[in-house]
Amino acid sequence: MSLSLQEVEHIAQLARLDLSEAEKARYRLQLSAILDYVAQLQKLDTASIPPTASIFGAASPLRPDEPRPGLTRDELLKNAPEREAGQFKIPPVFGDGTPSAEE
Amino acid sequence: MSLATLSLTQASRLLQRGEISSRELTRAALDSIAAQNGRLNAFLFVDEPGALKQADAADESRKRKAAPSPLSGIPLAVKDVLTVAGMPCTCGSKILENYIPPFTATAVKKLQEAGMVVLGKTNTDEFAMGSSTENSAYGVTRNPWDLSRVPGGSSGGSAAAVAARMACAALGSDTGGSVRQPASFCGVTGLKPTYGRVSRYGLVAYGSSLDSVGAFGRSAQDVAAIFSAMQGSDPLDATAQNLPAGEISLEAPDNLQGVRIGVPKEYFIDGIQPAVEKKIREAIALFEQLGAEIIEISLPHTEYALPVYYLIAPAEASANLARFDGVRYGPRAEAETMWDVFTKTRGEKFGDEVQRRIMLGTYALSAGYYDAFYGQAQKVRTLIKRDFEQAFSLVDAIACPVAPTTAFPIGAHGDDPLAMYLEDVFTLPANLAGVPGLAFPVGFDENQLPVGMQLMGPHFAEAALLRLAHAYQQATEWHLAILPPL
Repeated sequence: MSLSLQEVEHIAQLARLDLSEAEKARYRLQLSAILDYVAQLQKLDTASIPPTASIFGAASPLRPDEPRPGLTRDELLKNAPEREAGQFKIPPVFGDGTPSAEE
Repeated sequence: MSLATLSLTQASRLLQRGEISSRELTRAALDSIAAQNGRLNAFLFVDEPGALKQADAADESRKRKAAPSPLSGIPLAVKDVLTVAGMPCTCGSKILENYIPPFTATAVKKLQEAGMVVLGKTNTDEFAMGSSTENSAYGVTRNPWDLSRVPGGSSGGSAAAVAARMACAALGSDTGGSVRQPASFCGVTGLKPTYGRVSRYGLVAYGSSLDSVGAFGRSAQDVAAIFSAMQGSDPLDATAQNLPAGEISLEAPDNLQGVRIGVPKEYFIDGIQPAVEKKIREAIALFEQLGAEIIEISLPHTEYALPVYYLIAPAEASANLARFDGVRYGPRAEAETMWDVFTKTRGEKFGDEVQRRIMLGTYALSAGYYDAFYGQAQKVRTLIKRDFEQAFSLVDAIACPVAPTTAFPIGAHGDDPLAMYLEDVFTLPANLAGVPGLAFPVGFDENQLPVGMQLMGPHFAEAALLRLAHAYQQATEWHLAILPPL
């Protein structure tokens, strides 16, 4: 199957990747080849086969839900590119560039 | 002779007898790194003062007869996808270039509590996505057996570090073969444990239903010691199984009478390098001589493991890597709005293979394609799991090659991602089924490059696999082979 350039652009937008025209062209060919390869799965009849939901089928070991010490605010903010008043600082969320609702 | 040439098992014995100190051993490892890392690029970060400090603490506790374990004082390398508080954790990516995690991965922590000395962080394909370390943003690691070749990947730095005597042991991660394939390419022993046997807390997530933390050493004995100390439950990882811990006894039986080893016909395919097949057949014959019963078996859905993996792993990766957006850590691309910060940061800082897998996964999960791609892959995964369940009703372990070839030249797969994916054809099934796999050297090809055998076992059968490899290593000397002078 062959992906169109528009499809590559759509996937890149869903994945929040800003790509150059050269990257789009290259990924279009490479992803098309990979999708061709993985499409061989579609020839298997799996109508009666359940999907794998977990490795063991057993319940995960749980811990008691008790308060315990965690990382401090300073430790959590230490790697932030920008911070202010003990919080992560980001540029405006709304305005030009806001993704459209149709996604 | 430098102390860096000691194996973990040898070093542990000498430390316990007081014949060497951890400081001497750690100094020798650091000197070995300083002498070789320029040409191998196995380490991305070395913490010399920290390592010496840990070594002194280990010596001091041993003097007081208070050493926490036989591993105390032994140098360890850690793949750069596992966090160690205070050390950089780049995951081989520009998007985490300056990231210094404030917490330590549970597997590392358990080994630190056992007294091991963390030397530093080793090179990896970006976010563990690759089979050669060529996808690292910080340059390829070179294979110590032949500098023009890759060490395998993604844990290539850890495998090369152990092979080149820069560390007694190393940690890696294995999502589709990333411990076993580099172990094979570098001629060391590497274990991918059962899914959930070792906590994944502090392992930067790639494919969460496939990821496991594994270990490298020079022998099954070395790996068994590390594995015993790092496995077990963890309140911070709900998939980490609560199983009895305890040391693995490798007391080799006089013979392997009663052990049934399966040889799957689907793992001896056209395209396998003849020297690889020959060495694997010879190793199987040796197991038979040692008393094991060899049984031909079939894992009929093997050919589908690769397409299943390259849908499930990218799908999980596309979700896991959504967190790298330039907000909480890593460098940020400048832009006017938040959305542009996301797309520019991710567009600039992720490498090609990571972007490809994110896009592949995003596509496989997107509306209209989910059932045909991701849904179908999860169903075929069930068929692959059933193949293993069926096989392990007949045999105790499965023996096969780790990879179709020995280490390939740097650049051999150029710009062809699919050709690189085929490197993982024999290792992916274990991750899909969640079973353990062990790689160890069984000889050399015509270019004096190591050939690795893989043993797979039922869930939680690591000890049985390690005992089999130990029996093999008692009868052979491939794991003792010395690197050529380079």
